[in-house]
Amino acid sequence: MRFTKDHEWIAQSGDVATVGITNYAAEQLGDVVFVELPEVGRTLKPGDSLAVVESVKAASDVYSPISGEVVEINEQLSGNPEGVNQSPEDLAWFAKVRLSNPSELDGLMDRAAYEDYLAGL
Amino acid sequence: MRYLPLTPDDRAQMLATIGASNIDELFCDVPQAARLSGPVDLPYVQGELEVERKLAGLARRNRTAGEGPFFCGAGAYRHQVPASVDHLIQRSEFLTSYTPYQPEIAQGTLQVLFEFQTQVARLTGMDVANASLYDGSTAAAEGVMMASRVTRRTRAVLSPGLHPHYADTIRTMAEAAGLTVEALPLAIDAEAQVLDAIDADTACVVVQTPNLFGTATDVTRIGEAARAAGALMIVVTTEAVSFGLLKSPGAMGADIVAAEGQSIGNGLNYGGPYVGLFAVREKHLRQAPGRLCGETVDADGRRGFVLTLSTREQHIRRDKATSNICTNSGLCALAFSIHMSLLGETGLRQLAALNHAKARALKAALSQVKGVEVLTPRFFNEIAVRLPVAAAPVVETLAANGVLAGVPVSRLAPNAGLDDVLLLAATETTPDSDIAFLSRALSKVLA
Amino acid sequence: MSMLSTGRPTRPEQVITRPATLTGAEGLLQHEPLIFELGGWDKTGVDLPPVPADFAEDDLGDLLRVEPIGLPGLSEPETVRHYVRLSQQNHAIDLALYPLGSCTMKHNPRLNEKMARLPGFADIHPLQPVSTVQGALQLIDELAHWLKTLTGLPAVAMTPKAGAHGELCGILAITAAHRAKGDTARDTVLVPTSAHGTNPATAAFVGYKVQEIAQTADGRVDLADLEAKLGPHVAAIMVTNPNTCGLFEREVREIARLTHAAGAFFYCDGANFNAIVGRVRPGDLGVDAMHINLHKTFSTPHGGGGPGAGPVVLSAALAPFAPVPYVTHGPDGFDLCEADAQAFGRMCAFNGQMGMFVRAYAYMLSHGADGLRQAAEDAVLNANYIKARLSKVMSPAFPDGPCMHEALFDDHWLEDTGVTTLDFAKAMIDEGFHPMTMYFPLVVHGAMLIEPTETESKAELDRFCDMVEALAGAVRAGDVDRFKGAPFHAPRRRLDETQAARKPRLKWTEPAPQAIAAE
Repeated sequence: MRFTKDHEWIAQSGDVATVGITNYAAEQLGDVVFVELPEVGRTLKPGDSLAVVESVKAASDVYSPISGEVVEINEQLSGNPEGVNQSPEDLAWFAKVRLSNPSELDGLMDRAAYEDYLAGL
Repeated sequence: MRYLPLTPDDRAQMLATIGASNIDELFCDVPQAARLSGPVDLPYVQGELEVERKLAGLARRNRTAGEGPFFCGAGAYRHQVPASVDHLIQRSEFLTSYTPYQPEIAQGTLQVLFEFQTQVARLTGMDVANASLYDGSTAAAEGVMMASRVTRRTRAVLSPGLHPHYADTIRTMAEAAGLTVEALPLAIDAEAQVLDAIDADTACVVVQTPNLFGTATDVTRIGEAARAAGALMIVVTTEAVSFGLLKSPGAMGADIVAAEGQSIGNGLNYGGPYVGLFAVREKHLRQAPGRLCGETVDADGRRGFVLTLSTREQHIRRDKATSNICTNSGLCALAFSIHMSLLGETGLRQLAALNHAKARALKAALSQVKGVEVLTPRFFNEIAVRLPVAAAPVVETLAANGVLAGVPVSRLAPNAGLDDVLLLAATETTPDSDIAFLSRALSKVLA
Repeated sequence: MSMLSTGRPTRPEQVITRPATLTGAEGLLQHEPLIFELGGWDKTGVDLPPVPADFAEDDLGDLLRVEPIGLPGLSEPETVRHYVRLSQQNHAIDLALYPLGSCTMKHNPRLNEKMARLPGFADIHPLQPVSTVQGALQLIDELAHWLKTLTGLPAVAMTPKAGAHGELCGILAITAAHRAKGDTARDTVLVPTSAHGTNPATAAFVGYKVQEIAQTADGRVDLADLEAKLGPHVAAIMVTNPNTCGLFEREVREIARLTHAAGAFFYCDGANFNAIVGRVRPGDLGVDAMHINLHKTFSTPHGGGGPGAGPVVLSAALAPFAPVPYVTHGPDGFDLCEADAQAFGRMCAFNGQMGMFVRAYAYMLSHGADGLRQAAEDAVLNANYIKARLSKVMSPAFPDGPCMHEALFDDHWLEDTGVTTLDFAKAMIDEGFHPMTMYFPLVVHGAMLIEPTETESKAELDRFCDMVEALAGAVRAGDVDRFKGAPFHAPRRRLDETQAARKPRLKWTEPAPQAIAAE
């Protein structure tokens, strides 16, 4: 699993990466009430808005850390946004993206580096 | 000054507490060059009596709808509003409260909004309604913007019967936002023309029923065609009482309803404040503008209401909000809701039937006037007639004779080539004797 | 002597506990069901004449509504009770100080209500011949004159229906002015971080990119940042003055100069004009366009969320592009211009918020030029008095120098107490006051923005400050439960907004049959 400074996680499996937000992010957001996911087939490049996570009083963009095409989204989240609070780094993944440039992951943090980063916040 | 409680002594004590020697010190951040040394050149303080005299004098210079035969419609309608409606909206707790941002002490307003939303959803036959927009015209414009967000397309088609002021309001907002607006030329009974105008870029078609000319249309086919092309159908209604007699927009497949709610609970007020009704399909809810009130529970498990889904709105989403709207028409929505609660379904259906009967009587009477041709084939409470001469001077002449005979189309669309067309509405407030008076007066003017 | 010994006791007897009521009512406060739960499915509270016997709807055919609508009705006494009971669950300015910063909850004079209901204003149609509404047009014209005189700007667009609608009007006039000069490259609007959400929302709504301007440590626009961000791509800046921190932008004329030098226009959000009306004219500050919330500065009632009115004053450069319709002086008196090739368009169907115009004009005439100036001074005095008194117990966000009409505090003083801004606000509800504006502006942590307005007496201000001081004492004493659970004494305790947003229930629906049977 790789992590970004914007608190997204990316898990690579072959040429497909699963993207979600970290425990830390889910905690900071408070009670998640809605998740807006991208359409399957959308092409992303790093920095594009991949999803919007809403709590009662805030809407936060989730930025794609990678390039690629959205091949699957987590339909579960539409009826069950609280999943993001319950299992952010596992069941509540947002989207699966077919990587067009897997080397982009190299620049991201591993868990230890991310935890150091959190400690410094 | 009767609205200012502070006495000179209070002011002196307060300045001492603040540690300022005079009031000017508190304005020290204002650039010297921009400070006015004394009051501007306008009259000074006046007592209630003087103000009342002045305003009553201005009011007297207006011919009111109630003082004689009156047939104006075209987007604003005169109905009998029960006295209890105006009494209740003047309750301090409704009149002088703010937007219900602290739900624990705003349940009155919030429950009213929840009831209002339910009433509007049912009247329009839609899934969900918001807590009101400014008026029907701005609601229509918001509808077009919403359709563009939902479909990610940029072209709006306006039907030939859409009120020209609504079309202009839509065009102003939508074109500024980069949309293309195609308004079909005004026509009395030609809503089906929009079918040919729908293309692959079309975000929405906006159809009005009953339309400017009073023509009621079953827009089901238009909705089907729009959806088949991936577009939305926005149904506009300017006369909310018509929901009591005519098939609802929802039943005809509307995706968005933008209606003027003035007719129920609200007076003519020379054009405002009115209340925009806005209802949508549930699946598009997240793209809807304006406030929404929702049901929930409090810490003790008691039912309560809150403003919800606020992440769509400007105070949270800022430049990504679905609209910039903040203040809406709360008190007018309250008036609407109270009047609706008094009417109930029974009363509304009877009121609507009465309106239709009056319009039929009007049509029958005007058909007898030599030179007058009734143009509207199917109507609710409003018809268009063709006169043998231009309508505007006729209206002026009749006004001089104490009859407000309706709205000439040239007033709304000077270049539409419909200068001889006059729009007239009749409601439950129109006595039969006024219809007879109008016929006689019109015959005389045309003779 | 004969003694009557059967009377009722005239002193309360000692009762130890306060049992919950059996109905959910609390004394005068009734539990009121929804109108849909009152069973009036066949009732009506309106007596209408019978529909004529010869009436048939055959001319409408398929257009007739056959499906039930599902609307209950109530008799007049039931209706009155329903709404009076609901009203009693609301706080209102008529009950107590309502210190919502940026919202200007001041007393709403009832004379204004009476005037707006004169049939000569309330019962006239927007499309009557102008010859029959000369008084209405004269009122709009005179109100426009007052607004122009008070702001020092030469024109005003009267039709916008609220503040945000006015912002839209101003930005559209600015767009039109740039286009008229052939300048179509300007695609950006600059907005300070402290702005109302409506500013960026308005600019983005009509296609502008929004860029934020930084703020200085003393709560004003950062001129260096502004200068760096201005350029040939900037159409306008939108600056609130006095700003949302309750401070006057000292460098406002320099802001205007820089903006104009870059070829952009200065839009001023006039939400806080009430602080300076009669003492400062925005036109003298270099403002090109400013909306005026009649429901704030000129005291038309807020009505639980509207209606408002947002006329926009315009500089000479923008005036030609004002939207239709507008009042003109014709040979036969006042006239309405409904078509103007230079106008950028139309904001709404008719003539703006006439009902609000009457109220605002009655308010202005009552105050007069001298009274309006005094009102602004008292608004500023009241805010500074609160700031002075409460700075002893709370932390002012900008302690140095005076504030204008509202005093901004942050939550620094609540650090490590276990009490948040929200908790403190909810405890104020228990003490009989509406809370201040919270968490706005965004530039201050845990913001508490207090705007008392000029219509509060010193006694009411003292009552409010005493209450805040007492609550602050409770915070210091560690009485956290008083805050965490608050409010305890309101018609509702804290409401579950998460549930409301996750599973939206936005209208009443009939309970399922088994649920009814179970009751």
